[in-house]
Amino acid sequence: MNFIRFIKESFKIVMQGSKRYYVWLAFLLILIIWGITGYIAQLKQGLLVTNMRDPISWAFYIGNFTFLVGVAAAAIMLVIPAYIYNWKPIKEVVIFGELLAISAVIMCILFVIVDVGNPLRLWHMLPALGRLNLPSSLLAWDSVVLSLYFILNLGVVSYLLYKHFNKKEYSKKLLTPLMLFSIPVAIGIHTVTAFLYNGFAGRPYWNSALLAPKFLASAFCSGPAVLLILFQILKKTTTFEIKDEAIWKIAELMAYAMFINLFFFGSEVFKEIYSDTEHLTHLKYLFQGIGENRDIVAYGWLSLIFSVVAFLLFLIPKTRKNVITLNIGAILIWFGVYVEKGIALLIPGFTPDVLGQIYVYRPSLAEIKISMGIFAIGFLIFTFMTKIAIAIFFEDFNIGTLSRKKPAKA
Amino acid sequence: MSTSNKRTVYSTGKVNRRNFLKAAAVTSSSAALSACMSKETREKFFQKDFRSLSKEEIAGILSRLEAEYSRKYGKEFTVSAKEPIPETMFGFALDISRCIGCRRCVYGCVNENNQSREPQIHWIRVLEMEKEKGIDFMHADMHYDHEEVPHEGHFYLPVACQQCKNPPCVKSCPVGATWIEPDGIVVVDYDWCIGCRCCMAACPYGARHYNWGAVQLPAENLNPHTHYLGNRPRIKGVVEKCTFCIQRVREGRYPECVEICPVGARKFGNLLDKDSEIRYILENKRVLILKEELNTQPNFFYFYGT
Repeated sequence: MNFIRFIKESFKIVMQGSKRYYVWLAFLLILIIWGITGYIAQLKQGLLVTNMRDPISWAFYIGNFTFLVGVAAAAIMLVIPAYIYNWKPIKEVVIFGELLAISAVIMCILFVIVDVGNPLRLWHMLPALGRLNLPSSLLAWDSVVLSLYFILNLGVVSYLLYKHFNKKEYSKKLLTPLMLFSIPVAIGIHTVTAFLYNGFAGRPYWNSALLAPKFLASAFCSGPAVLLILFQILKKTTTFEIKDEAIWKIAELMAYAMFINLFFFGSEVFKEIYSDTEHLTHLKYLFQGIGENRDIVAYGWLSLIFSVVAFLLFLIPKTRKNVITLNIGAILIWFGVYVEKGIALLIPGFTPDVLGQIYVYRPSLAEIKISMGIFAIGFLIFTFMTKIAIAIFFEDFNIGTLSRKKPAKA
Repeated sequence: MSTSNKRTVYSTGKVNRRNFLKAAAVTSSSAALSACMSKETREKFFQKDFRSLSKEEIAGILSRLEAEYSRKYGKEFTVSAKEPIPETMFGFALDISRCIGCRRCVYGCVNENNQSREPQIHWIRVLEMEKEKGIDFMHADMHYDHEEVPHEGHFYLPVACQQCKNPPCVKSCPVGATWIEPDGIVVVDYDWCIGCRCCMAACPYGARHYNWGAVQLPAENLNPHTHYLGNRPRIKGVVEKCTFCIQRVREGRYPECVEICPVGARKFGNLLDKDSEIRYILENKRVLILKEELNTQPNFFYFYGT
């Protein structure tokens, strides 16, 4: 019966809060409704309401999906350094990382659903009922690892929170292997997502063996960047505690990851420019444009410059430990990787298309609406889960305090 | 060549779409509600993929579709699922030196195969290339618009599905909605495709086309003689592609583009038949395939006849 009370009380917790909290919820709710109106129109008229067309058949939705897979994966990969360096607030880092991972995976799944032309047929992907094309389809693999990752994280987090709520020690025997297992799965979701693009021999921009390593490196930057900002917001607005040393350490690791990311990028640029084949066209489209089509050039350069600046900010101990420059760095990295995964990966991969044609893509209002709605759903879920977790860990929300308030009936 | 006649009154198919959405909403809401669904809606939703269907199930679906299309377009429809002819592997050869870039094949194909008129879908796309550059996709133009073709200094390369023996599209489909038939035709099950577009990203020839919006077909100018895996009317959110006119070639006829080509640049036949024209071309002309480095192994060849 404790579980029912846990649910009930958790529900109360997420419904109570400061004025600012309600404003935040209202803001998310408005975005969600906005997104739903967009999706209803898309269901009625088809993906015609997007600006995707045959030459650029994946765009904003799948770009967001790709970015969020990185966020989801990296949140857990923080567990590795947390163990190695034996950070004091390790449990917090892990828990909030996992909460972020869960929200990110939910957003990922939603982005795939809205990108699909016949969402009601998604049951065709269910193993026994449908006809999941394993082992050859990478999207099939992606659905498998993403579901596994989702279940794993949800299980670990619920277990940890519930045990803590009941003032019981969690079983290390049960938890440690699960958490260790989630690390390769985290790497797996990102690798498989990279392979999804990587395997297309007809798309030279993606058909580089460096794609998956680059995905991992950039995810190691973007995921922690999101967490860094979150930790500080939580520290300001709630009773959440985290030591500065842990934050600095995360920033230092991000600097190394960004270095590797930039190095990989440089290697690819060298290969394309020096060999100077027609495959260079895609890179040119990103950084120079082709003819009059220079729509994404600004994004290409901004993403690169932001990444370099953030790398320097995080590399130098002084700027890493300064709250302002640290946050600037985190935002720059976030933006840099978001553009890299959202625009710079997809659009040049499709431009020019396989028959050499150029279609200039810009997301439509419907695409923006729906994407905002999905982000709002993700943030809402994350807000609720975080609120419960903070109550349990820092605000003494547990079975004991509940019993005191309302003595259980005999 | 002009595009399709713009004054055509299109059948919008609104009623069916609404019914479909309504049915869809009911289906997804809950299992309890599914008991209230009409039998037809339930059957449609839970329909298995084509390759898992029994002969009886296929027969039932075909007659249902025939009734549905006939009602919708006010025309007697036939939907066949005619099986491959034994000992047949279809091959295509296109004579680059003859093609004049008139695009008659493009629009002949649209009419024969019931491609959506608005938004327009073309299974065949004719690339205009500079003679001095040779076959060079990066500098090709498919939107050429001249008073007369062929245009000076240019030659033409029509591209549609290459019917690969090692197709990247089939590999990439997460639900197995596309596959190679025994006669070599790569087909799509429009009732199983989820519309994820992996196959479109995978295809190196841009041969796969997506129904971004509701399909608009002019009721008075559509082909009611259809095949389940070919030219039957599509719905929005599914992928389609050239099937070598599966509805014709399995009845021993030529594909529409072969018949309509004014210069006889298109040759078609059975690769397993030693006396066929296609085998003659393979043996006596020098042929090439597109993007051979990708190992897609097309059954579609190009050659220089003169």
